[in-house]
Amino acid sequence: MTTDTGVSTTAAAAGGRVRDAAIGTGRAGDKIFASAARGSGILVLALMAAIAVFLIWKAIPALQKNEAAFLTSEEWNPNAQPPRFGIAQLAFGTVVSSLLALAMATPVAIGIALFISYYAPRSVAGPLGYLVDLLAAVPSIVYGLWGLLVLAPRMEGVSGFLNSALGWIPLFGGDSPGKNSIFTASVVLAIMILPIISSISREVFLQVPRAHVEAALALGATRWEMIKLAVLPYGRSGMIGAAMLGLGRAMGETIAVAMVLTFVPGINWHILEDGGTTFAANIANSFAEATETGRGALIASGLVLFVITLIVNMAARAVVARRKEDA
Amino acid sequence: MAKRIEVSGLHAYYGGVHAIEDISMTIEPRSVTAFIGPSGCGKSTFLRTLNRMHEVIPGARVEGKVLLDDEDLYGPDVDPVAVRRVVGMVFQRPNPFPTMSIYDNVAAGLKLNGVRRKSRLDDIVEESLKGANLWNEVKDRLNKPGAGLSGGQQQRLCIARAIAVQPQVLLMDEPCSALDPISTLAIEDLIAELKSRYTIVIVTHNMQQAARVSDRTAFFNIAGVGKPGRLIEIGETSKIFTKPEQKATEEYITGRFG
Repeated sequence: MTTDTGVSTTAAAAGGRVRDAAIGTGRAGDKIFASAARGSGILVLALMAAIAVFLIWKAIPALQKNEAAFLTSEEWNPNAQPPRFGIAQLAFGTVVSSLLALAMATPVAIGIALFISYYAPRSVAGPLGYLVDLLAAVPSIVYGLWGLLVLAPRMEGVSGFLNSALGWIPLFGGDSPGKNSIFTASVVLAIMILPIISSISREVFLQVPRAHVEAALALGATRWEMIKLAVLPYGRSGMIGAAMLGLGRAMGETIAVAMVLTFVPGINWHILEDGGTTFAANIANSFAEATETGRGALIASGLVLFVITLIVNMAARAVVARRKEDA
Repeated sequence: MAKRIEVSGLHAYYGGVHAIEDISMTIEPRSVTAFIGPSGCGKSTFLRTLNRMHEVIPGARVEGKVLLDDEDLYGPDVDPVAVRRVVGMVFQRPNPFPTMSIYDNVAAGLKLNGVRRKSRLDDIVEESLKGANLWNEVKDRLNKPGAGLSGGQQQRLCIARAIAVQPQVLLMDEPCSALDPISTLAIEDLIAELKSRYTIVIVTHNMQQAARVSDRTAFFNIAGVGKPGRLIEIGETSKIFTKPEQKATEEYITGRFG
Protein backbone atom coordinates (compact mmCIF):
# COMPACT_ATOMS: atom_id res chain seq x y z
CA MET A 1 0.00 0.00 0.00
CA THR A 2 2.66 2.41 1.10
CA THR A 3 4.88 1.15 -1.66
CA ASP A 4 2.14 1.63 -4.19
CA THR A 5 1.44 5.16 -3.09
CA GLY A 6 5.14 5.88 -2.94
CA VAL A 7 5.69 4.63 -6.46
CA SER A 8 2.72 6.45 -7.89
CA THR A 9 3.61 9.69 -6.10
CA THR A 10 7.20 9.50 -7.27
CA ALA A 11 6.07 8.70 -10.78
CA ALA A 12 3.62 11.55 -10.79
CA ALA A 13 6.17 13.92 -9.34
CA ALA A 14 8.84 12.76 -11.74
CA GLY A 15 6.42 12.96 -14.65
CA GLY A 16 5.41 16.43 -13.65
CA ARG A 17 8.96 17.55 -13.13
CA VAL A 18 10.10 16.05 -16.44
CA ARG A 19 7.30 17.73 -18.29
CA ASP A 20 7.93 21.07 -16.62
CA ALA A 21 11.65 20.79 -17.22
CA ALA A 22 11.16 19.95 -20.89
CA ILE A 23 8.86 22.90 -21.41
CA GLY A 24 10.93 25.19 -19.21
CA THR A 25 14.44 24.78 -20.61
CA GLY A 26 13.34 23.87 -24.14
CA ARG A 27 11.08 26.88 -24.51
CA ALA A 28 13.55 29.26 -22.90
CA GLY A 29 16.46 28.20 -25.13
CA ASP A 30 14.17 28.25 -28.11
CA LYS A 31 12.95 31.74 -27.31
CA ILE A 32 16.42 33.11 -26.69
CA PHE A 33 17.76 31.63 -29.89
CA ALA A 34 14.75 32.71 -31.92
CA SER A 35 14.93 36.28 -30.71
CA ALA A 36 18.70 36.41 -31.20
CA ALA A 37 18.33 35.17 -34.75
CA ARG A 38 15.41 37.48 -35.45
CA GLY A 39 17.33 40.37 -33.90
CA SER A 40 20.32 39.75 -36.16
CA GLY A 41 18.03 39.68 -39.18
CA ILE A 42 16.31 42.88 -38.17
CA LEU A 43 19.67 44.51 -37.42
CA VAL A 44 20.76 44.02 -41.04
CA LEU A 45 17.56 45.55 -42.35
CA ALA A 46 17.82 48.41 -39.87
CA LEU A 47 21.43 49.07 -40.90
CA MET A 48 20.49 49.13 -44.58
CA ALA A 49 17.59 51.47 -43.86
CA ALA A 50 19.77 53.68 -41.69
CA ILE A 51 22.40 53.97 -44.43
CA ALA A 52 19.75 54.84 -47.01
CA VAL A 53 18.09 57.38 -44.70
CA PHE A 54 21.44 58.96 -43.84
CA LEU A 55 22.39 59.30 -47.51
CA ILE A 56 19.02 60.73 -48.51
CA TRP A 57 18.86 63.11 -45.54
CA LYS A 58 22.34 64.49 -46.26
CA ALA A 59 21.77 64.65 -50.00
CA ILE A 60 18.44 66.47 -50.12
CA PRO A 61 19.65 70.02 -49.19
CA ALA A 62 22.39 69.88 -51.84
CA LEU A 63 20.04 68.45 -54.44
CA GLN A 64 17.59 71.29 -53.77
CA LYS A 65 20.28 73.90 -54.43
CA ASN A 66 21.53 72.08 -57.57
CA GLU A 67 20.89 74.01 -60.78
CA ALA A 68 21.90 71.24 -63.20
CA ALA A 69 20.08 67.98 -63.98
CA PHE A 70 21.42 65.61 -61.35
CA LEU A 71 21.06 62.38 -63.33
CA THR A 72 22.12 63.55 -66.79
CA SER A 73 24.52 66.46 -66.39
CA GLU A 74 28.23 65.87 -66.92
CA GLU A 75 29.24 68.87 -64.84
CA TRP A 76 30.61 68.49 -61.31
CA ASN A 77 30.85 71.91 -59.68
CA PRO A 78 28.99 71.55 -56.39
CA ASN A 79 31.27 74.06 -54.65
CA ALA A 80 30.46 76.83 -57.11
CA GLN A 81 27.77 79.49 -56.63
CA PRO A 82 25.19 78.44 -57.68
CA PRO A 83 26.17 74.74 -57.41
CA ARG A 84 25.85 72.73 -60.61
CA PHE A 85 26.46 68.99 -60.59
CA GLY A 86 25.33 65.78 -62.27
CA ILE A 87 26.44 62.16 -62.09
CA ALA A 88 26.55 61.28 -65.79
CA GLN A 89 30.34 61.24 -65.97
CA LEU A 90 30.70 59.38 -62.69
CA ALA A 91 28.20 56.75 -63.72
CA PHE A 92 29.89 56.38 -67.09
CA GLY A 93 33.34 55.97 -65.60
CA THR A 94 32.14 53.54 -62.93
CA VAL A 95 30.12 51.33 -65.23
CA VAL A 96 32.60 51.25 -68.10
CA SER A 97 35.68 50.59 -65.96
CA SER A 98 33.89 47.89 -63.94
CA LEU A 99 32.44 46.12 -66.96
CA LEU A 100 35.79 46.22 -68.72
CA ALA A 101 37.50 44.86 -65.61
CA LEU A 102 34.88 42.11 -65.44
CA ALA A 103 35.39 41.22 -69.09
CA MET A 104 39.13 40.92 -68.54
CA ALA A 105 39.03 39.17 -65.16
CA THR A 106 36.27 36.59 -65.63
CA PRO A 107 37.86 34.38 -68.31
CA VAL A 108 41.22 34.43 -66.52
CA ALA A 109 39.63 33.75 -63.13
CA ILE A 110 37.59 30.83 -64.45
CA GLY A 111 40.67 29.54 -66.25
CA ILE A 112 42.62 29.63 -62.99
CA ALA A 113 39.77 27.91 -61.15
CA LEU A 114 39.53 25.16 -63.79
CA PHE A 115 43.29 24.71 -63.82
CA ILE A 116 43.42 24.37 -60.05
CA SER A 117 40.44 22.02 -59.85
CA TYR A 118 41.00 19.80 -62.89
CA TYR A 119 44.42 20.19 -64.45
CA ALA A 120 47.07 21.01 -61.89
CA PRO A 121 48.77 18.20 -59.99
CA ARG A 122 47.86 18.33 -56.31
CA SER A 123 51.27 19.62 -55.29
CA VAL A 124 50.75 22.71 -57.49
CA ALA A 125 47.00 23.20 -57.00
CA GLY A 126 47.12 23.88 -53.27
CA PRO A 127 49.83 26.55 -53.24
CA LEU A 128 48.46 28.17 -56.40
CA GLY A 129 44.98 28.46 -54.92
CA TYR A 130 46.50 29.95 -51.80
CA LEU A 131 48.48 32.48 -53.84
CA VAL A 132 45.40 33.58 -55.76
CA ASP A 133 43.54 34.05 -52.49
CA LEU A 134 46.48 36.09 -51.22
CA LEU A 135 45.89 38.56 -54.07
CA ALA A 136 42.67 39.46 -52.25
CA ALA A 137 44.62 40.30 -49.11
CA VAL A 138 46.81 42.92 -50.79
CA PRO A 139 45.58 46.35 -49.59
CA SER A 140 44.02 48.40 -52.33
CA ILE A 141 46.42 51.28 -51.72
CA VAL A 142 49.20 48.94 -52.82
CA TYR A 143 47.32 48.19 -56.04
CA GLY A 144 46.89 51.94 -56.49
CA LEU A 145 50.61 52.62 -56.06
CA TRP A 146 51.50 49.73 -58.33
CA GLY A 147 48.98 50.90 -60.92
CA LEU A 148 50.29 54.43 -60.82
CA LEU A 149 54.03 53.80 -60.66
CA VAL A 150 54.50 50.46 -62.43
CA LEU A 151 51.54 49.69 -64.64
CA ALA A 152 50.56 53.11 -65.97
CA PRO A 153 53.93 53.94 -67.59
CA ARG A 154 53.88 50.55 -69.32
CA MET A 155 50.27 50.94 -70.45
CA GLU A 156 51.17 53.75 -72.81
CA GLY A 157 52.52 51.32 -75.38
CA VAL A 158 49.60 48.92 -74.96
CA SER A 159 47.10 51.73 -75.34
CA GLY A 160 48.91 53.02 -78.41
CA PHE A 161 48.85 49.56 -79.96
CA LEU A 162 45.15 49.01 -79.22
CA ASN A 163 44.41 52.46 -80.59
CA SER A 164 46.16 51.83 -83.88
CA ALA A 165 44.94 48.23 -84.28
CA LEU A 166 41.38 48.54 -83.00
CA GLY A 167 40.85 52.29 -83.36
CA TRP A 168 37.84 51.68 -85.62
CA ILE A 169 35.95 50.54 -82.52
CA PRO A 170 34.72 53.84 -81.01
CA LEU A 171 35.71 52.77 -77.48
CA PHE A 172 39.35 52.33 -78.57
CA GLY A 173 39.37 55.41 -80.81
CA GLY A 174 40.69 58.89 -80.07
CA ASP A 175 43.81 60.81 -80.99
CA SER A 176 45.90 60.69 -77.86
CA PRO A 177 45.98 57.31 -76.12
CA GLY A 178 47.48 57.85 -72.68
CA LYS A 179 48.39 56.00 -69.54
CA ASN A 180 46.11 57.39 -66.83
CA SER A 181 43.01 56.24 -68.63
CA ILE A 182 39.88 54.32 -67.73
CA PHE A 183 41.48 51.41 -69.55
CA THR A 184 44.48 51.38 -67.21
CA ALA A 185 42.15 51.67 -64.23
CA SER A 186 40.15 48.70 -65.42
CA VAL A 187 43.31 46.60 -65.75
CA VAL A 188 44.07 47.34 -62.09
CA LEU A 189 40.46 46.58 -61.17
CA ALA A 190 40.59 43.34 -63.14
CA ILE A 191 43.53 42.14 -61.07
CA MET A 192 41.78 43.19 -57.88
CA ILE A 193 38.58 41.26 -58.59
CA LEU A 194 40.40 38.20 -59.95
CA PRO A 195 40.73 36.38 -56.60
CA ILE A 196 37.08 36.68 -55.58
CA ILE A 197 35.78 35.39 -58.93
CA SER A 198 38.39 32.68 -59.02
CA SER A 199 37.91 31.39 -55.51
CA ILE A 200 34.11 31.30 -55.71
CA SER A 201 34.26 29.52 -59.08
CA ARG A 202 36.71 27.06 -57.59
CA GLU A 203 34.36 26.31 -54.72
CA VAL A 204 31.57 25.67 -57.22
CA PHE A 205 33.73 23.43 -59.40
CA LEU A 206 34.73 21.37 -56.39
CA GLN A 207 31.04 20.67 -55.75
CA VAL A 208 30.41 19.20 -59.20
CA PRO A 209 29.13 15.70 -58.41
CA ARG A 210 31.60 12.94 -59.11
CA ALA A 211 28.79 11.09 -60.92
CA HIS A 212 28.52 13.80 -63.60
CA VAL A 213 32.25 13.90 -64.12
CA GLU A 214 32.43 10.12 -64.45
CA ALA A 215 29.42 10.06 -66.76
CA ALA A 216 31.27 12.34 -69.16
CA LEU A 217 34.58 10.50 -68.87
CA ALA A 218 32.93 7.12 -69.39
CA LEU A 219 31.45 8.40 -72.65
CA GLY A 220 34.97 8.99 -73.88
CA ALA A 221 35.18 12.70 -73.17
CA THR A 222 38.61 14.30 -73.01
CA ARG A 223 39.26 16.49 -70.02
CA TRP A 224 38.11 19.64 -71.79
CA GLU A 225 35.03 17.87 -73.15
CA MET A 226 34.27 16.62 -69.65
CA ILE A 227 34.51 20.20 -68.39
CA LYS A 228 32.11 21.36 -71.11
CA LEU A 229 29.65 18.50 -70.48
CA ALA A 230 29.66 18.29 -66.72
CA VAL A 231 31.52 21.09 -64.97
CA LEU A 232 30.52 24.29 -66.74
CA PRO A 233 26.77 23.57 -66.93
CA TYR A 234 26.73 22.65 -63.26
CA GLY A 235 28.78 25.68 -62.27
CA ARG A 236 27.08 28.25 -64.50
CA SER A 237 24.95 29.97 -61.88
CA GLY A 238 27.84 29.94 -59.43
CA MET A 239 30.13 31.53 -61.99
CA ILE A 240 27.55 34.22 -62.74
CA GLY A 241 27.21 34.91 -59.04
CA ALA A 242 30.98 35.11 -58.70
CA ALA A 243 31.26 37.54 -61.62
CA MET A 244 28.53 39.73 -60.16
CA LEU A 245 30.27 39.87 -56.80
CA GLY A 246 33.42 40.87 -58.66
CA LEU A 247 31.46 43.56 -60.50
CA GLY A 248 30.15 44.90 -57.21
CA ARG A 249 33.65 45.02 -55.82
CA ALA A 250 34.99 46.79 -58.93
CA MET A 251 32.23 49.42 -58.75
CA GLY A 252 32.93 50.25 -55.13
CA GLU A 253 36.71 50.29 -55.41
CA THR A 254 38.01 53.71 -54.47
CA ILE A 255 41.61 54.41 -53.81
CA ALA A 256 43.31 52.38 -56.53
CA VAL A 257 41.12 53.99 -59.18
CA ALA A 258 41.50 57.46 -57.70
CA MET A 259 45.29 57.13 -57.87
CA VAL A 260 45.43 55.86 -61.42
CA LEU A 261 42.97 58.21 -63.13
CA THR A 262 43.73 61.79 -64.11
CA PHE A 263 40.57 63.84 -63.84
CA VAL A 264 39.41 65.49 -67.05
CA PRO A 265 35.89 66.93 -67.01
CA GLY A 266 33.22 65.41 -69.22
CA ILE A 267 32.38 61.96 -70.59
CA ASN A 268 35.02 60.66 -72.96
CA TRP A 269 34.02 57.55 -74.91
CA HIS A 270 37.65 57.04 -75.89
CA ILE A 271 38.66 54.98 -72.91
CA LEU A 272 42.30 54.82 -73.94
CA GLU A 273 42.68 58.56 -73.43
CA ASP A 274 43.54 60.09 -70.08
CA GLY A 275 40.66 61.17 -67.91
CA GLY A 276 37.48 59.80 -66.46
CA THR A 277 36.48 59.24 -62.88
CA THR A 278 34.15 57.04 -60.87
CA PHE A 279 31.71 57.59 -58.04
CA ALA A 280 34.05 56.31 -55.38
CA ALA A 281 37.20 57.92 -56.77
CA ASN A 282 35.43 61.27 -57.07
CA ILE A 283 34.25 61.09 -53.48
CA ALA A 284 37.76 60.23 -52.26
CA ASN A 285 39.35 63.03 -54.28
CA SER A 286 36.88 65.82 -53.51
CA PHE A 287 35.51 65.18 -50.04
CA ALA A 288 38.28 66.91 -48.09
CA GLU A 289 37.92 70.22 -49.87
CA ALA A 290 34.17 70.17 -50.34
CA THR A 291 31.81 72.80 -48.93
CA GLU A 292 28.60 71.90 -47.12
CA THR A 293 26.76 71.66 -50.43
CA GLY A 294 29.72 69.88 -52.01
CA ARG A 295 29.55 67.16 -49.37
CA GLY A 296 25.82 66.82 -49.89
CA ALA A 297 26.43 66.44 -53.61
CA LEU A 298 29.05 63.75 -53.02
CA ILE A 299 26.71 61.91 -50.69
CA ALA A 300 23.98 62.10 -53.32
CA SER A 301 26.38 60.50 -55.80
CA GLY A 302 27.16 57.85 -53.18
CA LEU A 303 23.44 57.16 -52.97
CA VAL A 304 23.32 56.53 -56.70
CA LEU A 305 26.26 54.10 -56.42
CA PHE A 306 24.40 52.36 -53.60
CA VAL A 307 21.34 51.95 -55.82
CA ILE A 308 23.37 50.72 -58.81
CA THR A 309 25.16 48.13 -56.67
CA LEU A 310 21.82 47.03 -55.28
CA ILE A 311 20.43 46.60 -58.80
CA VAL A 312 23.50 44.62 -59.90
CA ASN A 313 23.14 42.28 -56.95
CA MET A 314 19.43 41.82 -57.49
CA ALA A 315 19.97 41.16 -61.18
CA ALA A 316 22.62 38.58 -60.29
CA ARG A 317 20.22 36.86 -57.92
CA ALA A 318 17.50 36.84 -60.54
CA VAL A 319 19.85 35.27 -63.09
CA VAL A 320 21.06 32.66 -60.63
CA ALA A 321 17.50 31.81 -59.59
CA ARG A 322 16.32 31.44 -63.18
CA ARG A 323 19.19 29.11 -64.06
CA LYS A 324 18.31 26.98 -61.08
CA GLU A 325 14.74 26.58 -62.30
CA ASP A 326 16.00 25.53 -65.73
CA ALA A 327 18.25 22.85 -64.33
CA MET B 1 30.34 -5.19 -82.85
CA ALA B 2 30.94 -7.27 -79.77
CA LYS B 3 34.49 -8.14 -78.80
CA ARG B 4 36.08 -10.68 -76.49
CA ILE B 5 37.94 -9.47 -73.42
CA GLU B 6 40.93 -11.37 -72.12
CA VAL B 7 42.38 -10.28 -68.82
CA SER B 8 45.66 -11.63 -67.57
CA GLY B 9 47.57 -10.96 -64.36
CA LEU B 10 45.66 -7.81 -63.48
CA HIS B 11 46.37 -5.91 -60.26
CA ALA B 12 44.76 -2.62 -59.24
CA TYR B 13 45.83 -0.19 -56.54
CA TYR B 14 44.44 2.90 -54.82
CA GLY B 15 47.59 4.71 -53.79
CA GLY B 16 49.34 2.18 -51.55
CA VAL B 17 46.28 -0.04 -51.14
CA HIS B 18 46.30 -3.24 -53.17
CA ALA B 19 42.64 -3.49 -54.22
CA ILE B 20 42.57 -6.50 -56.53
CA GLU B 21 45.17 -9.14 -57.08
CA ASP B 22 46.23 -11.20 -60.06
CA ILE B 23 42.98 -11.56 -61.95
CA SER B 24 42.82 -13.49 -65.20
CA MET B 25 39.65 -14.32 -67.09
CA THR B 26 38.05 -14.39 -70.48
CA ILE B 27 34.79 -12.55 -71.11
CA GLU B 28 32.90 -13.92 -74.07
CA PRO B 29 31.32 -11.66 -76.69
CA ARG B 30 27.52 -11.52 -77.13
CA SER B 31 26.91 -12.82 -73.67
CA VAL B 32 26.30 -11.48 -70.20
CA THR B 33 28.96 -12.01 -67.58
CA ALA B 34 27.98 -11.25 -63.99
CA PHE B 35 30.42 -10.37 -61.21
CA ILE B 36 29.23 -11.34 -57.75
CA GLY B 37 30.85 -11.26 -54.34
CA PRO B 38 30.68 -9.61 -50.93
CA SER B 39 31.11 -5.84 -50.51
CA GLY B 40 34.66 -4.64 -50.89
CA CYS B 41 35.79 -7.69 -52.85
CA GLY B 42 36.95 -5.55 -55.76
CA LYS B 43 34.35 -6.46 -58.36
CA SER B 44 33.49 -2.83 -59.12
CA THR B 45 37.15 -1.88 -59.13
CA PHE B 46 37.84 -4.70 -61.57
CA LEU B 47 34.95 -3.57 -63.77
CA ARG B 48 36.39 -0.07 -63.87
CA THR B 49 39.76 -1.36 -65.02
CA LEU B 50 38.05 -2.72 -68.15
CA ASN B 51 37.46 0.78 -69.55
CA ARG B 52 40.30 2.54 -67.77
CA MET B 53 37.93 4.43 -65.47
CA HIS B 54 39.84 3.14 -62.46
CA GLU B 55 42.70 5.52 -63.12
CA VAL B 56 40.57 8.69 -63.01
CA ILE B 57 40.70 8.44 -59.22
CA PRO B 58 43.84 10.29 -58.03
CA GLY B 59 46.59 7.86 -57.07
CA ALA B 60 44.90 4.84 -58.63
CA ARG B 61 46.87 2.57 -60.97
CA VAL B 62 46.66 -0.75 -62.75
CA GLU B 63 49.16 -3.47 -63.66
CA GLY B 64 48.55 -6.30 -66.06
CA LYS B 65 46.90 -6.83 -69.41
CA VAL B 66 43.39 -6.36 -70.72
CA LEU B 67 43.09 -7.52 -74.33
CA LEU B 68 40.07 -6.37 -76.31
CA ASP B 69 40.20 -8.90 -79.12
CA ASP B 70 43.94 -8.54 -79.62
CA GLU B 71 44.55 -4.98 -78.55
CA ASP B 72 45.95 -4.29 -75.08
CA LEU B 73 43.91 -1.53 -73.46
CA TYR B 74 46.90 -0.71 -71.29
CA GLY B 75 49.38 -0.64 -74.18
CA PRO B 76 51.83 2.26 -74.22
CA ASP B 77 50.20 4.09 -77.15
CA VAL B 78 46.61 3.58 -76.08
CA ASP B 79 44.61 6.69 -75.23
CA PRO B 80 42.21 6.03 -72.34
CA VAL B 81 39.71 8.38 -73.96
CA ALA B 82 39.62 6.15 -77.04
CA VAL B 83 39.18 3.08 -74.83
CA ARG B 84 36.13 4.59 -73.16
CA ARG B 85 34.53 5.30 -76.52
CA VAL B 86 34.71 1.58 -77.28
CA VAL B 87 33.86 0.28 -73.82
CA GLY B 88 30.72 1.99 -72.53
CA MET B 89 29.63 2.15 -68.92
CA VAL B 90 26.42 2.43 -66.92
CA PHE B 91 26.72 3.45 -63.28
CA GLN B 92 25.08 2.42 -60.05
CA ARG B 93 23.07 5.60 -59.72
CA PRO B 94 21.44 7.00 -62.85
CA ASN B 95 23.56 10.00 -63.84
CA PRO B 96 22.06 11.83 -66.82
CA PHE B 97 23.54 15.29 -67.37
CA PRO B 98 21.11 17.38 -65.34
CA THR B 99 21.12 20.50 -67.46
CA MET B 100 20.62 18.65 -70.74
CA SER B 101 17.43 17.53 -72.43
CA ILE B 102 16.68 13.86 -73.01
CA TYR B 103 17.73 14.28 -76.62
CA ASP B 104 21.01 16.00 -75.76
CA ASN B 105 21.85 13.38 -73.16
CA VAL B 106 21.64 10.63 -75.76
CA ALA B 107 23.43 12.75 -78.36
CA ALA B 108 26.23 13.80 -75.99
CA GLY B 109 28.54 10.91 -76.85
CA LEU B 110 27.80 11.23 -80.57
CA LYS B 111 28.74 14.88 -80.54
CA LEU B 112 32.01 13.93 -78.85
CA ASN B 113 32.62 11.60 -81.76
CA GLY B 114 32.07 14.39 -84.23
CA VAL B 115 28.57 13.52 -85.44
CA ARG B 116 27.09 16.90 -86.30
CA ARG B 117 24.42 16.32 -88.94
CA LYS B 118 20.98 16.80 -87.41
CA SER B 119 19.26 14.07 -89.40
CA ARG B 120 21.89 11.52 -88.44
CA LEU B 121 21.73 12.57 -84.80
CA ASP B 122 17.93 12.28 -84.87
CA ASP B 123 18.17 8.76 -86.30
CA ILE B 124 20.70 7.52 -83.77
CA VAL B 125 18.92 9.12 -80.83
CA GLU B 126 15.66 7.43 -81.82
CA GLU B 127 17.38 4.12 -82.43
CA SER B 128 19.22 4.24 -79.11
CA LEU B 129 16.13 5.19 -77.13
CA LYS B 130 14.26 2.36 -78.82
CA GLY B 131 17.17 0.08 -78.02
CA ALA B 132 16.87 1.10 -74.38
CA ASN B 133 13.07 0.53 -74.40
CA LEU B 134 12.49 4.16 -73.56
CA TRP B 135 11.36 5.64 -76.88
CA ASN B 136 7.62 5.24 -76.37
CA GLU B 137 7.76 6.91 -72.99
CA VAL B 138 9.77 9.97 -74.02
CA LYS B 139 9.23 10.52 -77.75
CA ASP B 140 6.89 13.45 -77.08
CA ARG B 141 9.20 15.21 -74.66
CA LEU B 142 12.68 14.80 -76.06
CA ASN B 143 13.47 18.42 -75.26
CA LYS B 144 12.52 18.14 -71.61
CA PRO B 145 15.34 17.75 -69.05
CA GLY B 146 16.50 14.19 -68.47
CA ALA B 147 16.46 14.85 -64.74
CA GLY B 148 12.65 14.98 -64.85
CA LEU B 149 12.32 11.25 -65.58
CA SER B 150 11.78 8.58 -62.96
CA GLY B 151 14.80 6.70 -61.61
CA GLY B 152 14.21 3.67 -63.82
CA GLN B 153 13.67 5.85 -66.89
CA GLN B 154 16.83 7.80 -66.08
CA GLN B 155 18.80 4.57 -65.91
CA ARG B 156 17.43 3.50 -69.29
CA LEU B 157 18.33 6.95 -70.58
CA CYS B 158 21.89 6.34 -69.39
CA ILE B 159 21.88 2.99 -71.19
CA ALA B 160 20.63 4.74 -74.34
CA ARG B 161 23.42 7.29 -73.95
CA ALA B 162 25.97 4.51 -73.59
CA ILE B 163 24.79 2.48 -76.59
CA ALA B 164 24.35 5.53 -78.84
CA VAL B 165 28.08 5.53 -79.55
CA GLN B 166 27.88 1.84 -80.50
CA PRO B 167 30.44 0.49 -78.08
CA GLN B 168 31.93 -2.99 -78.32
CA VAL B 169 31.40 -3.68 -74.67
CA LEU B 170 28.87 -2.44 -72.13
CA LEU B 171 29.91 -2.39 -68.47
CA MET B 172 27.18 -2.09 -65.84
CA ASP B 173 28.07 -1.33 -62.24
CA GLU B 174 25.08 -2.48 -60.13
CA PRO B 175 22.69 -0.78 -62.57
CA CYS B 176 19.56 -1.75 -60.62
CA SER B 177 20.61 -1.20 -57.04
CA ALA B 178 18.96 2.23 -56.87
CA LEU B 179 15.77 1.11 -58.65
CA ASP B 180 12.41 -0.34 -57.67
CA PRO B 181 11.50 -3.94 -58.67
CA ILE B 182 9.48 -2.97 -61.76
CA SER B 183 12.26 -0.77 -63.14
CA THR B 184 14.74 -3.53 -62.28
CA LEU B 185 12.73 -5.96 -64.34
CA ALA B 186 12.66 -3.50 -67.25
CA ILE B 187 16.45 -3.18 -67.13
CA GLU B 188 16.91 -6.94 -66.89
CA ASP B 189 14.70 -7.46 -69.96
CA LEU B 190 16.76 -4.84 -71.72
CA ILE B 191 20.01 -6.60 -70.83
CA ALA B 192 18.63 -9.80 -72.32
CA GLU B 193 17.89 -7.94 -75.58
CA LEU B 194 21.20 -6.09 -75.69
CA LYS B 195 23.34 -9.18 -75.30
CA SER B 196 22.70 -10.20 -78.88
CA ARG B 197 24.73 -7.17 -79.92
CA TYR B 198 27.16 -6.37 -77.14
CA THR B 199 29.56 -7.94 -74.73
CA ILE B 200 27.91 -7.17 -71.40
CA VAL B 201 29.53 -7.25 -67.99
CA ILE B 202 27.34 -6.58 -64.97
CA VAL B 203 28.30 -6.19 -61.34
CA THR B 204 25.48 -7.10 -59.02
CA HIS B 205 24.84 -7.62 -55.35
CA ASN B 206 21.69 -9.50 -56.13
CA MET B 207 22.37 -13.17 -56.72
CA GLN B 208 18.93 -13.82 -58.17
CA GLN B 209 19.66 -11.11 -60.70
CA ALA B 210 22.96 -12.71 -61.63
CA ALA B 211 21.15 -16.04 -62.04
CA ARG B 212 18.42 -14.46 -64.16
CA VAL B 213 20.42 -12.33 -66.57
CA SER B 214 23.87 -13.81 -66.96
CA ASP B 215 25.38 -16.59 -69.01
CA ARG B 216 28.55 -16.75 -67.04
CA THR B 217 29.23 -15.73 -63.45
CA ALA B 218 32.47 -14.77 -61.76
CA PHE B 219 32.74 -14.93 -57.99
CA PHE B 220 35.14 -12.57 -56.21
CA ASN B 221 36.17 -12.67 -52.59
CA ILE B 222 38.62 -11.21 -50.11
CA ALA B 223 40.65 -13.23 -47.66
CA GLY B 224 40.09 -10.62 -44.96
CA VAL B 225 39.81 -6.91 -44.23
CA GLY B 226 42.62 -4.99 -45.94
CA LYS B 227 43.52 -7.92 -48.20
CA PRO B 228 43.18 -7.52 -51.97
CA GLY B 229 40.16 -8.98 -53.76
CA ARG B 230 40.66 -12.14 -55.83
CA LEU B 231 38.75 -14.02 -58.46
CA ILE B 232 37.66 -17.28 -56.86
CA GLU B 233 36.04 -18.89 -59.84
CA ILE B 234 34.27 -18.18 -63.10
CA GLY B 235 32.03 -20.49 -65.07
CA GLU B 236 28.61 -21.07 -66.60
CA THR B 237 26.03 -19.40 -64.40
CA SER B 238 24.00 -22.60 -64.06
CA LYS B 239 27.07 -24.44 -62.88
CA ILE B 240 28.22 -21.73 -60.44
CA PHE B 241 24.80 -21.66 -58.84
CA THR B 242 24.27 -25.43 -58.67
CA LYS B 243 27.63 -27.09 -58.20
CA PRO B 244 30.45 -24.60 -57.76
CA GLU B 245 33.95 -25.95 -57.54
CA GLN B 246 35.08 -23.79 -54.64
CA LYS B 247 33.72 -24.04 -51.13
CA ALA B 248 33.71 -20.22 -50.68
CA THR B 249 31.49 -19.83 -53.73
CA GLU B 250 29.02 -22.33 -52.40
CA GLU B 251 28.94 -20.66 -48.99
CA TYR B 252 28.36 -17.26 -50.57
CA ILE B 253 25.57 -18.30 -52.92
CA THR B 254 23.80 -20.24 -50.21
CA GLY B 255 23.86 -17.13 -48.07
CA ARG B 256 26.27 -18.30 -45.40
CA PHE B 257 28.27 -15.03 -45.61
CA GLY B 258 28.45 -11.78 -47.54
